[in-house]
Amino acid sequence: MLSRLKRATVENELLYLFLRKPLAQAAFLVATVLIVGAFLADWIAPTNPYDLTSFDLLDSLIPPAWTDTGEARFVLGTDDQGRDLLSAILYGARLSLLVGLTSIAFASVLGVSVGITAGYMGGRFDAIVMRIADIQLSLPAILTALLIDGVARGLFPGAMHDDLMIVVLTVAIGLSLWVNFARTARASTFVEKNKEYVQAAEIMGQHPLRIMLVQILPNIMGPIMVILAIDLAVAILLEATLSFLGVGVPANQPSLGTLIRIGTEYLFSGEWWIVIFPSLTLIVLIISVNILGDFLRDALNPRLR
Amino acid sequence: MTLLAIKDLTVRYPTRFGEFTAIEAIDLTIKEGEIHGLVGESGAGKSTIGAVVMGLLESPGYIANGSVTMLGTDLTKLNLDDYHQRRGSELGMIFQDPQTSLNPLFTIADQLVTTIQQHNDVSESTARQQAITLLDEVGINDAEGRIDDYPHQFSGGMRQRVVIALVLCTNPKLIVADEPTTALDVSIQKRILVLLKQLAKQRGVGILLITHDIGVIAEVCDRVTVLRQGKVVENGPTNSVIGSPTHEYTIGLMAAVPLIGKRLDRFQNIIVEEALPDEKNQWRVPGASAEYAERWLHDNYQRLQNQEQALASTETDHAILAVSDLEVRYPPENPGWFRKKLGHQALSDIDFHLHRGEVLGVVGESGSGKSTLAKAIVGLVDYTQGSISSNGIVLEPGSRRSRKNEARRRLQMIFQDPYSSLNNRRTVEQILSEPLKFYSLVDSRADRRKLVASVLELVEMPQQTLRRYPHQFSGGQRQRIAIARSLLCLPDLLICDEPTSALDVSIQAHVLNLLKDLQDEFNMAILFISHNLAVVRQMADRVVVLKDGEVVEQGDSDVFFTAPTAEYSKLLLRETPSLSILD
Repeated sequence: MLSRLKRATVENELLYLFLRKPLAQAAFLVATVLIVGAFLADWIAPTNPYDLTSFDLLDSLIPPAWTDTGEARFVLGTDDQGRDLLSAILYGARLSLLVGLTSIAFASVLGVSVGITAGYMGGRFDAIVMRIADIQLSLPAILTALLIDGVARGLFPGAMHDDLMIVVLTVAIGLSLWVNFARTARASTFVEKNKEYVQAAEIMGQHPLRIMLVQILPNIMGPIMVILAIDLAVAILLEATLSFLGVGVPANQPSLGTLIRIGTEYLFSGEWWIVIFPSLTLIVLIISVNILGDFLRDALNPRLR
Repeated sequence: MTLLAIKDLTVRYPTRFGEFTAIEAIDLTIKEGEIHGLVGESGAGKSTIGAVVMGLLESPGYIANGSVTMLGTDLTKLNLDDYHQRRGSELGMIFQDPQTSLNPLFTIADQLVTTIQQHNDVSESTARQQAITLLDEVGINDAEGRIDDYPHQFSGGMRQRVVIALVLCTNPKLIVADEPTTALDVSIQKRILVLLKQLAKQRGVGILLITHDIGVIAEVCDRVTVLRQGKVVENGPTNSVIGSPTHEYTIGLMAAVPLIGKRLDRFQNIIVEEALPDEKNQWRVPGASAEYAERWLHDNYQRLQNQEQALASTETDHAILAVSDLEVRYPPENPGWFRKKLGHQALSDIDFHLHRGEVLGVVGESGSGKSTLAKAIVGLVDYTQGSISSNGIVLEPGSRRSRKNEARRRLQMIFQDPYSSLNNRRTVEQILSEPLKFYSLVDSRADRRKLVASVLELVEMPQQTLRRYPHQFSGGQRQRIAIARSLLCLPDLLICDEPTSALDVSIQAHVLNLLKDLQDEFNMAILFISHNLAVVRQMADRVVVLKDGEVVEQGDSDVFFTAPTAEYSKLLLRETPSLSILD
């Protein structure tokens, strides 16, 4: 087993570096536990916080199990409505991750396609699109997301379907983050398009679309992966912020941000656990994803090695 | 008197693949006023020796064994401060690229004066006066007027002279010159070499000259050490080592050096590249063989020719490539609003023809427009005037040339840098299948694989290469894969833009032999672009000489190399280092 791992590190430089960075390993472990836990919430959570019949108002505001008045049923205590906090956190993390991942997928597909096209084609398309990106970059991402979210809510007034709200949120976050991908993809494309393998494809007469997708795209995936990892943390944080501000996910499907918002109301009346545990989860998740992103950036960038 | 003595020197690098021995048990001595050549192919450890002498060995490399004694002190035992004192005052270094070895933000005067003052306690005006004298000595015209210029205001050759002046300004006893003329044109190279020789003689400086170019060694070195894979193969006086080598490797190396004086049919005694590592699975694609590839290429060439003849009208004897009055003008950097600025003119009035089976050499120094010519023909650069036609069909400038144009298949290009001409994220099979799919030459996947495996064998690569990625191969192997890719397009004309200038001589000989074989076999035309006259001599039937974007001379290769007519051609031939020892 060990010898096989050793041989694999010769083949795979990333694995080799990973095995030499305890911090990245720890972050990977923590992130995996959180992500797997969140996506298995249906099976491992003690109760279902979306099911109104599964909790009782009489159980409200019970502190964590290890305190004097805690109960073994509720490991991390309960919130104001008697919901088990551990279950709420697991489900909340699942929603946060889901929104974060889909919005980052949306942002990367949009950003990378715009970036490659701008970088390869140049000219007017490049000038216009990248100026738009510059303008957007001068606004804080949270403001952009808030703006898009607010406008969308205004367009679908009243009883907007809950699932649609999540889609709107995802698109809003995605649109506020595409610029990073576009700029990175464009800069890398500039480097690649002058290389001779691209010229060889041009000499053959390959279609520009094919050159961009088949020849250039695989060669610029390194930096894109790095942005992907770093911006995933940003997306999760954006979702939490929007939910904290009350414009995020619907109230009956609490995400980590929603839980923190609910918790702040009790922060000064002694029920500290309602805000502390969701916040800790969020912090640990963000930090571990960030550390992994930094590791990837260092590992994939030969200049920093 | 012995200036530098290297004894039993071994340098190792710990890597993730285990310890790598860069050089092993090297012995070498340099006397005062002696130029000692260090020659070898890439990976031989030449530069590592230079770095050790200078104390610039990069971490994680370390000296595992041996000593470097200079005038009684063992340099390997010095601490950083003592070393710092010696670098500059006793040891000087000349780097390969004069573009990057001078600080662009300081004037020449700044750089020279601070260095002089660093090592000598003199006033600024004295230092300046010394600097001017030095610049004068290394051959900068009007040194007094130019000393306050910035590095970018000098040409490449002049900049290298400034670098040499910078090295000399502290009166070092030993100079390490790492490929000092590799980045320079031949005419400038010659002058720098003469200068180095002068320095050794007049000032008694010892010079360790590191180079891959045997011509340079033959020109200036008193003694030479031949390295291979970190070990000394042969050493001794230049005349005897180069003139009558005794070691098998040196003999092979000398045989692989193209000579400007005579044209060889094929290079002999090729040193074979080491086999691919991890050769466990020696599988072969069923039915694939070099003969299969040859047959396929012949059949398809025949088929295409028949097609063409069926389509063509009465006249069929067109040139594969006819270029007339070609002008390429690059668009101006900042076009004015009201006046139309003219861009830089890269080529003008270019006229030549190229027929089937013919090899046309294009020679010229950097900036002469050789590469622009290649790019204009294949359509990567738009030409502004004149015409290019192939087989009687006019080829529009690149941006207007249709993607469906037949000529796109018929004109293929081999690039200079084999490290960037193959897509690193695609397997060799994917890379080689591309033309077959793209031009609908072979439809089924299994047939494509069979042909790709066959053509790999044709270019002397093992069949299982097809599953690997380009980064697993050396420069020469990559160049052969690139040749295979162009071959599968069934080209009538192969444009080779400095195809071997990034390769070692033995590998260059191999690639040149391969190109000749393929050209003989399939009767292609080749446009062979190179700055290296000796290489062009081996390949070309006819030669075009370019200078500043214009044709200076054009004609039969043998005539050109024996009796050139244009003044510039004569100069080029004279300045190219020749291995006169061998004649």
